[in-house]
Amino acid sequence: MRPADRALLLLVAGIGAFVLCFVDAARLRAAAGADDAERTRLVAQLRLTDLALFTEARYTRHPSQADLHSAFQDHPLALEHFPTGSLIAPPAGLTDSSLRVGADGTATGDAK
Amino acid sequence: MKLWLARQRYLIDFTLASLARRKTRNLGLLLVYTVLVFMLASVTLYTHALRQEAARVLAASPEVILQRMVAGRHDLIPPGYQEKIGRIRGVQKVEGRLWGYYYDAVTKANYTFMVPAENAPAAGEIIVGPALERSRGLARNNGISFRSYSGKLHTFIVADVLPQASELVSADLVLMSEASFRAFFDYPVGHYTDIALSVANPQEVRNVALKLAAALPDARPILRDEVLRTYASIFDWREGIVLALLSAAILAFGILAWEKASGLSAEEKREIGILKAIGWETGDVIKMKFWEGLLISLTAFLVGFVAAYVHVFHFAASLFEPVLKGWAVLYPRFQLTPHIDGVQVATLFFFTVVPYAAAVLVPIWKAAITDPDSVMRA
Repeated sequence: MRPADRALLLLVAGIGAFVLCFVDAARLRAAAGADDAERTRLVAQLRLTDLALFTEARYTRHPSQADLHSAFQDHPLALEHFPTGSLIAPPAGLTDSSLRVGADGTATGDAK
Repeated sequence: MKLWLARQRYLIDFTLASLARRKTRNLGLLLVYTVLVFMLASVTLYTHALRQEAARVLAASPEVILQRMVAGRHDLIPPGYQEKIGRIRGVQKVEGRLWGYYYDAVTKANYTFMVPAENAPAAGEIIVGPALERSRGLARNNGISFRSYSGKLHTFIVADVLPQASELVSADLVLMSEASFRAFFDYPVGHYTDIALSVANPQEVRNVALKLAAALPDARPILRDEVLRTYASIFDWREGIVLALLSAAILAFGILAWEKASGLSAEEKREIGILKAIGWETGDVIKMKFWEGLLISLTAFLVGFVAAYVHVFHFAASLFEPVLKGWAVLYPRFQLTPHIDGVQVATLFFFTVVPYAAAVLVPIWKAAITDPDSVMRA
């Protein structure tokens, strides 16, 4: 076999593997249907609002329900002390002057 | 067409022979290129799947949660509050939720104690989340004691464990009856933690929230949309942090690729001169180099992307997991469902394959249009 044919064959195999990723993703999505339904059922039944990803403190366990995510919220000298804090974005109001928390009478969700 | 194909095959043959003459250098470049695509694809695949997971799961959360604020802090909902809400037009269902946090000194972790609206366990019994079951070594019908904030020791029997499949949302949950919850936290009768509302017309949710805020100035309505936005922004932020950390690697690769692609070595210049001297046209030289750029960048993209897919969805993204997931004492174990965003893949393709293939062409074109004699002598 000529080198060009070998190279093209390898590229075709690579493109095949790339397409297979999408097929495999669809297969895994279909297989996860029951687990998905279980999670959704529990969220609806218990009226849950957050993922149980960070359980260190109330404002990391329920970021969407917490007081505004800010330093000093536990006591006057309480700077951010959880690793999660460094990975959650600061309130949008600090970085975008056009967004003001509660301007329309509700809390802006992305400003936690 | 047949002639064109035969011509391209000869060009590829020649390109591969030319690449093989500088094997170590080209293999090194291909390896670095593949690793870079692998890292970028892993981060984007993982964060996109996590964002989709959060959006899908939390789409079933309450339409509006109403908290009461006192001095800027979350406070209990007093009796009579729910009746006031029920009178607001558009509100379909009002339910008080009872939940709170408990810090367990044994595992040094916070649990979320909660009263389910339906199918609550009997008094003295609890249903626990899977992560809590693991960390405390619990099983069905085991007893477990928690010291309440008033100092009293309360013993509960584990009636059941929540299914493993729900761990992403239930890892640290402790479900109990209303009587047990009120006794444990000394919760005043008729008070609730917050209120879950459903709205008759989904288009009216924001209006209802405004009416609630006007009727109850001490209330803070949190809409489902805002919950979803919160999670989208968390994962965007994380993705941004990882990409910022990777930017040094991207920059280093950029310099390497640019140096390789734009600066022709004396040997390569001589090769072009000889090709032109023996009758190759400028177009042929450019086509040959185009194939070189395409073969390297397409191979790197395909291998990098497929490896990233396998890494994220079959090996649970073990290399980037600590940064992308975060960590906690009670961390849920979950397998992400693959969701591949076509636009993201196209963007990755465009920014990894196209610049390299293009960068190869410019210096070649410059060398190919000059006189063969002067190119060989340079």
